[in-house]
Amino acid sequence: MSRFLAGRLLQTLFVLFVLSAATYGLLGLMPGDPVDLLAGANPDITPADIARLKVLYGLDRPIWERYLTWLSSALQGDFGYSRLYAQPVLDIVSDRLPTTILLIGLSLLVALTVALPAAIMAARNPGGPVDRAINLLCFAGVSVPPFWLALLLIILFAVTLGWLPAGGMSSSSGDGGILDRARHLILPVVTLSAATVAAYTRHLRSALIEVLGEDYIRTARAKGVPERRVMTRHALRNALLPVVTLIGLDLGSLVSGALITETMFSQLGMGKTIYDAVMGNDYNLALVGLLTAAAATLIGNLGADLAYARLDPRIVYSTEPGA
Amino acid sequence: MRRLIGDPVALLAMLVLATLALAAAFAPLIEGAMGLDAEAVDLFNRLTPPSPEHPLGTDELGRDLLLRLLEGGRVSLSVGISAALVASGIGTVIGLASGYLGGRLDAALMRIADGVIALPLLPLLIVLAAVDLSKLGLPPETAQSEAASLIRLVVLVSLVGWPVTARLVRASTLSLRKREFVEAARALGFSPWRIALRHVLPNAMGPILVAATLSVGNVVLFESVLSFLGLGIRPPTPSWGNMLTGAQELIWEAPRLAIWPGMLIFVTVVSVNLLGDALRDRLDPRTARR
Repeated sequence: MSRFLAGRLLQTLFVLFVLSAATYGLLGLMPGDPVDLLAGANPDITPADIARLKVLYGLDRPIWERYLTWLSSALQGDFGYSRLYAQPVLDIVSDRLPTTILLIGLSLLVALTVALPAAIMAARNPGGPVDRAINLLCFAGVSVPPFWLALLLIILFAVTLGWLPAGGMSSSSGDGGILDRARHLILPVVTLSAATVAAYTRHLRSALIEVLGEDYIRTARAKGVPERRVMTRHALRNALLPVVTLIGLDLGSLVSGALITETMFSQLGMGKTIYDAVMGNDYNLALVGLLTAAAATLIGNLGADLAYARLDPRIVYSTEPGA
Repeated sequence: MRRLIGDPVALLAMLVLATLALAAAFAPLIEGAMGLDAEAVDLFNRLTPPSPEHPLGTDELGRDLLLRLLEGGRVSLSVGISAALVASGIGTVIGLASGYLGGRLDAALMRIADGVIALPLLPLLIVLAAVDLSKLGLPPETAQSEAASLIRLVVLVSLVGWPVTARLVRASTLSLRKREFVEAARALGFSPWRIALRHVLPNAMGPILVAATLSVGNVVLFESVLSFLGLGIRPPTPSWGNMLTGAQELIWEAPRLAIWPGMLIFVTVVSVNLLGDALRDRLDPRTARR
């Protein structure tokens, strides 16, 4: 088990390394470098100044050399300064990561709270009217463009009804208390959890239907266990296993979704930070933001695999993972 | 196909998709018939409500919303279909190679596919979409052209879309390669590629068709997200995604502008997904719902 864990952690580090190199190279290809931007802002700048600034920023050196410099200081814990915010990159990331974690955590919670009863209702009578209605809703959930759902929610709850704020983290007039924060989180969490609720419900439903056909369910029913108890104690426990894997696999799309949701609702989290950094040529911040998102996703994946092994005694990880 | 028509949901989905595709294809004719131009800016008639002249009203520059939606549909649907074809094509080749040849190649390819599925793709795509093509040595006119941005979008979305098809094709290749007719072909001394293409591929068409159909939906969604974020189709060329970008700022004055393009994306994606699901049920009785 510990060898499996070590192997997977090494693999994760390797993926992050490849990703950092690839992203660094790509960021170098983005329109305009910091010196171009400085030059554009100052009409008195001479070509000699530009050349001097390029040397100062190290932009005259080849990209792989710059990457190695970045890597060696990153390994020493120095991730550089953000150009947009004029702050150390790490400060911004540690400031904004909690917002995203809160958003994703709440969405996962909502997704499970809704998906569990929905899947149970659907699986009770497969093909029946309840099942068909839930199935159609699931299709709607996976097919709705998240940013459009956000717009619709804003139109309904902020523009028309005026019940909830259209964006932001807290109201300027509010007391900044937890209730105010919660009001600002409702629409983002609903937006982010829509697709997840749908995916979980569908998977859980088919897992439940499969489990309900097993012999031990018939045994439980035959010995007179009430149907409710059969569902929760016997079927659900086993049907939840694939959902654990799904949560791990789905983290990547939740992070992607967080980018859209945070941008739509002006939540200062990692997603919006990455988007703003890429759009604003803030290389250092964009790079670290992307790597943080990727690392969190990969670690979440690993966590789901470990939880799966913990929950299902039949699974034993050998040193060759995934084989 | 004939059996699909018996399924009311699949039939409805096909009808909706056919209507959308036809409307988009004949957009220029409809423009002519209405005597309007989708690009015509009319600043005296900004944000007008629906009227006989403009059935869905006009947008922030006084352009007819209905015609913009049709033009946007041309772009969104053609990007969606072509990127889905490219992605499923790549996925099919990789899945065939992986499943038929097996071994280390299989392990490596599937590890990459899993990696692509697991990573947060949107942040990575944003970086790829923001790359300045002229820094790759393309002449600036080519790099800035509309065609380049379309091709770039198709490439980006295909990069994300192939793993699902590859996994499905690999799975059916693995089961097909054990079958007698493949054994027979191997005994006759045919080359692995000939067997893979002539004997395995035709029998794997079912799952490939399902994967391709479902990927159209995902691609249309991805295109709309990227265009919405300003990284896909760039204005003035309309796409359903970028029409929503402008609508976002006018949400208090004209929520109508935000509702229509999104509705069309939603209807397209739902129809494609329902159709793909119905296809899968027909092709693989084990997953049938009833």
